[in-house]
Amino acid sequence: MACILAIAEQDGGKLKKVAHEVASEAVRQAGALGARVIGVTIGAGAAAAAAALGDCGVTEAVALEGGTVASDSGEAYAAALAAVAREKGATVVLLGATSFARDLLGRLGVLLDSSPAADCIALAAAGGKLTARRPVYAGKALQTVAFGGAVAIASLRPNVFAAARGKGASCTVTSVAPAAGPAKQGRRIERVAVGGGKIELTEAECIVAGGRGLKTPETFARLIEPLAAALNAAVGASRAVVDAGWRPHGEQVGQTGKTVAPKLYFACGISGAIQHLAGMRTSKTIVAINKDKEAPIFKVADYGIVGDVEEVLPILTTAVKGLRGT
Amino acid sequence: MKVTVCIKRVPSTTARIRVGGDGRSIDETGVEFVLNPYDEFAVEEALRQAEKAPGSVVTVVTFGPEAAGKELRGCLAMGAHEALHVTADAAPRDALAMAKVLAAAIATTSPDLVLFGRQAIDGDQGQVGLMVATLLGMPALPDVVKLAIDGGTARAEREIEGAIERHELPLPCVLSCAKGLNEPRLPNMKGIMAAKKKVIATAAPAAAATTTTVLSLELPAERAAGKIVGEGAAAVPVLLQLLRDEAHAL
Ligand SMILES: Cc1cc2nc3c(=O)[nH]c(=O)nc-3n(C[C@H](O)[C@H](O)[C@H](O)COP(=O)(O)OP(=O)(O)OC[C@H]3O[C@@H](n4cnc5c(N)ncnc54)[C@H](O)[C@@H]3O)c2cc1C
Ligand SMILES: Nc1ncnc2c1ncn2[C@@H]1O[C@H](COP(=O)(O)O)[C@@H](O)[C@H]1O
Repeated sequence: MACILAIAEQDGGKLKKVAHEVASEAVRQAGALGARVIGVTIGAGAAAAAAALGDCGVTEAVALEGGTVASDSGEAYAAALAAVAREKGATVVLLGATSFARDLLGRLGVLLDSSPAADCIALAAAGGKLTARRPVYAGKALQTVAFGGAVAIASLRPNVFAAARGKGASCTVTSVAPAAGPAKQGRRIERVAVGGGKIELTEAECIVAGGRGLKTPETFARLIEPLAAALNAAVGASRAVVDAGWRPHGEQVGQTGKTVAPKLYFACGISGAIQHLAGMRTSKTIVAINKDKEAPIFKVADYGIVGDVEEVLPILTTAVKGLRGT
Repeated sequence: MKVTVCIKRVPSTTARIRVGGDGRSIDETGVEFVLNPYDEFAVEEALRQAEKAPGSVVTVVTFGPEAAGKELRGCLAMGAHEALHVTADAAPRDALAMAKVLAAAIATTSPDLVLFGRQAIDGDQGQVGLMVATLLGMPALPDVVKLAIDGGTARAEREIEGAIERHELPLPCVLSCAKGLNEPRLPNMKGIMAAKKKVIATAAPAAAATTTTVLSLELPAERAAGKIVGEGAAAVPVLLQLLRDEAHAL
């Protein structure tokens, strides 16, 4: 029977949001392909996290913890995951298109000898085979690819595939401490959280982004951060303000920054350059606030306010607080 | 130290993308091509690491059409010592086949360090670097924002969602370079003149089968025209009402 591996990203025993999306899509495709789904978690906390996959209807999982993966190197992770794929005879391997996957996708492609498709936004099964749709040229075009190798490997863009939770299934977890690792590997020395546990851009359901129209880093912080807090949103920035050193690189949205697809995106004092649009145009609803009514951002925005951020943002923040009772 | 950098010629970020006659690739007429922006970080980092270790050689490698000689020449003008052009034919290749071609070419440069860009902004895969590393049996790290070479060890920082990771990799290793690593230099007149005299070596691509094929390429649906809900702070209540009742976004 065909088998789909759903690699479910976890951190310290807790599944990441995207892991629910990947597991749910695996279950959906399993129906179409007549396949079974096996969840896989890896790293410290893997076993605890795997048990939670039942929530998405995954009933069988492998947790890779300890042994060679204790080095937390991409080499060891990829070798361990590829070994599971081979042992289970996986025909499809899915994971979320996050940093975690950026360290694994290409390696898995080599180890399983099949070229993966990165950052897919839709999968379709026809005649027992999978095809994937993915944005290319920064979303200026969409490609549909067919997998010809023995395994179809794809990473799925976060926030795009629906998470079908609440299935209440129980998941049988097999714990494995991988013994055979790669000959040469690196080692993760430490992982230091930055940004004080703020909501991560690529996972956020709502983003408040600011650009050069905010004028100074102080105004940016004074006007953007409270609105983001009131909306429980992540903060984003244009490259102009990142290059000016007002905001960290990690906040840049766009072609050479992060690609985001939140439910709601506020572009404040951002002109809407093509490279910025590349990173956010698939947001569900876009709001633009700009004092120039000819600004290109209004061409992609669902709703626009022509106005000064100094005047509009404080009133908007107060109104949002009122609405949400925060 | 021998540093090899892989660079790709890609459409500029402002290029208008149109679908070509085959329905699978872009129409290149009138499209401006440039050095992949992330590869600029890789070339710059190679030069900086080489400057710290006298006698180092930086080799830039591309697998691309004849026209990609321009991008190689640009890297030589930045200060790279050698260039290798693996000349592409028209056959479409998936990321893995490209990596196999590049791995074979890179092996001939016997590098201590191999640098890639985070991703090529045409295919947006972000895979080739790690593929090459795996093919060559070298340890690798993507999305590097800080690097120090210390004897036989690379100490690198990687930016991930909400955290910074510190890794140690034994040389030779493969790293992909992200924004934040450095500020790429512009070639100066002296560099441009020197680059003109350098010889670009050429090689034919190694054979590599493609498994993943492009069925079609389309332009995305245009976003429906939005509306300006009003001017200034007075428009805030209307905006919120629309976000709640029409967009169901609040
Ligand atoms: C290779 C390359 C890659 C790039 N990658 C990216 C990327 O990833 N992300 C990105 O964002 N950009 C990227 N860019 C840069 C991009 O081209 C633009 O320069 C940048 O997005 C502009 O940022 P901005 O909108 O903040 O600034 P500007 O274009 O200067 O726009 C500022 C806007 O603020 C408005 N404004 C001014 N004052 C006020 C006020 N008081 N109230 C309200 N509105 C006001 C103005 O009307 C204007 O529309 C890239 C460029 C290149 C060449
Ligand atoms: N054809 C190519 N020739 C040389 N380097 C390449 C080529 N394709 C990709 N690369 C390198 O691999 C990186 C990642 O590319 P990709 O996996 O296609 O996003 C790029 O930034 C380049 O450094």
